[in-house]
Amino acid sequence: MLDIAIQSVRNRALTASLAVIAIAMSVALILSVDKIRRDARSSFLQTVSGADLIVGARSGSVQLLLYSVFRMGSATNNVSWESIEDIKSRKAIDWLVPLSLGDSHRGFRVLGTSKEYFEYYKYGNQRSLVIDQGEMFDDVFDAVLGSEVAKQLQYSLDQSIVVAHGTGNVGLVAHENQPFRVSGILAPTGTPVDNTVHVSLAGIEAMHVDWQSGMQVPGEGTSPDTIRNMDLSPRAVTAALVGLKSRGTVFREQRAINTYREEPLLAILPGVAMQELWSLVRVFENALLVVSSFVLLAGLVNLVSVLFAGLNERRREMAILRASGARPGHIFRLLCAESALLSAVGIIFGVLAHYLVVGLVSVWAQARFGIDLSLSLPGWRDLLILLLVFVAGVAVGCLPAWRAYRQSVADGMAQRL
Amino acid sequence: MVDAESIVTLDDIRFSYPSQQQNTLDIKHFSLQRGEKLFLYGPSGSGKSTLLSIISAILKPESGIVRVNGAELQSLSGAESDQFRADNIGLVFQQFNLLPFMSVVDNVTLPCRFSAVKRDAVLASASSLQAEAKRLLSAMQLPETLFKSRKTMQLSVGQQQRVAVARALMGRPSLLIADEPTSSLDTQTRVAFLDLLFAELDRSESSLLFVSHDESLKQLFDRSMSLAEINKAAVTSESLD
Repeated sequence: MLDIAIQSVRNRALTASLAVIAIAMSVALILSVDKIRRDARSSFLQTVSGADLIVGARSGSVQLLLYSVFRMGSATNNVSWESIEDIKSRKAIDWLVPLSLGDSHRGFRVLGTSKEYFEYYKYGNQRSLVIDQGEMFDDVFDAVLGSEVAKQLQYSLDQSIVVAHGTGNVGLVAHENQPFRVSGILAPTGTPVDNTVHVSLAGIEAMHVDWQSGMQVPGEGTSPDTIRNMDLSPRAVTAALVGLKSRGTVFREQRAINTYREEPLLAILPGVAMQELWSLVRVFENALLVVSSFVLLAGLVNLVSVLFAGLNERRREMAILRASGARPGHIFRLLCAESALLSAVGIIFGVLAHYLVVGLVSVWAQARFGIDLSLSLPGWRDLLILLLVFVAGVAVGCLPAWRAYRQSVADGMAQRL
Repeated sequence: MVDAESIVTLDDIRFSYPSQQQNTLDIKHFSLQRGEKLFLYGPSGSGKSTLLSIISAILKPESGIVRVNGAELQSLSGAESDQFRADNIGLVFQQFNLLPFMSVVDNVTLPCRFSAVKRDAVLASASSLQAEAKRLLSAMQLPETLFKSRKTMQLSVGQQQRVAVARALMGRPSLLIADEPTSSLDTQTRVAFLDLLFAELDRSESSLLFVSHDESLKQLFDRSMSLAEINKAAVTSESLD
């Protein structure tokens, strides 16, 4: 029956191709939406993929994640430098990157950190930060900008910027005496790093030399050169990213930090906390699923309408087949074979279109949204979707097939001329 | 009691469509001999199509016995009727007999897809289905250049009808039913068409039930019969008009 179906479809290439296009577009859309959904999720969950633990003052795990990684909200307490040194000296610890937050530059958060940050901070599939222009901070008053900061404020290398105390945009006291110089600009990552101004921990301390209890000390202010010669070792930081020598020790180290006696601390596994945070935006994820289901539904309706529309003009075709000995069951199978054929071809084109789209937008999506759209072989989930589309296509094809079956029985040999 | 000489025997057939009060068919007796070429004529509405539908096991009579090629059709199930038709009967319509998306040869071999009996019958005498199809097409005097053509709709009506005859004769069905096959042909082509049809019927030893409203052809057949003569229902309805 399949070869008759193929020949018959070829004879109606235009209407058939409309059905194929409808199916192909639904398939491409549903695959792409689903892929974006999954990749957005994994990109989000991998905002910090290098660190095994995040350490901060004791609060909630989501709160710690929000301020340390997403630069949202603020810390209730700092972590003393002694505690940081203590943790760093533990045998299981491979590396520790301190994070000092609390200042901002024109709405963008300023992060004080060490040079190891650029080495150990990983996002996505273990990707490292790349310095697009210039170099990482060397001097106390050097700053490395995230790509979005440079883009929105139209900053270039060697430009002087002034950092404000506090984290808002207006009405803040600026640290005007100690202007920073843009030493480097990072390549886009699609993570909160893009919206961050990075300076050294010494830089953070330098900003606050003339400040006491949140108030500026009256006077001329200390000159940058004098500051450079001062002891700028930090007294406290906000949080720290920790890497372990072996992942197997992660729970032991987490417990050790959580029960640290000198200071109430909290260590979280970033992946677990990310999952917790992502569950907040599950509504959005479900909305995407609903949208793609409706797209599929529209494609199937289109397939049915194309099949039904062709049915009346094909009554003669059915009568000829019946006259040649085809039984109603043959007619039914012919129509089912046709919808199966159209669905299958539609699915193939849909998959191709999906890969084409993903291939075309992946670079852009990575740079713009930080979504790591990688070309990958269809997983079992995709295959399940495709199977579902195929079964649905054949199933809806049975409606016109059933009608044709009934018609061919009713028409019998009589040709309606 | 099976009459070995008859391919079709109808006894005491009554049939009416559900929407109609009167019988459409009321036939005491009708028979067609093996190898016979019968010309059945009558005006439209005299029940010709209904009779053909009963003989080809599409419709079942309300009462009476329909015996075709040894089988009693009124007692067959729907699936058995379909299989019986596919195996035993070749059909030619007034026009539009061909599937437009298939080549001429594929159109001719079509019945062998649905009937193992016909397929086996063809392969018993020919090397392949295609070979037999081409032989029949040549016998119908169709030029070989057309055989592979997919543009069946561009063939002349006469050519299309000859292809339809070739298809109906595939696998040597015991009965060929032709429902006004010549009505879209002009007079000269009609006679030539019938000559080719008869020659091939003699070869395949099939019986022919040829239905038309055009009585001018009747002297070419072994026997001719007016449906009105045997259908009591038709006479009544005509007298009412």
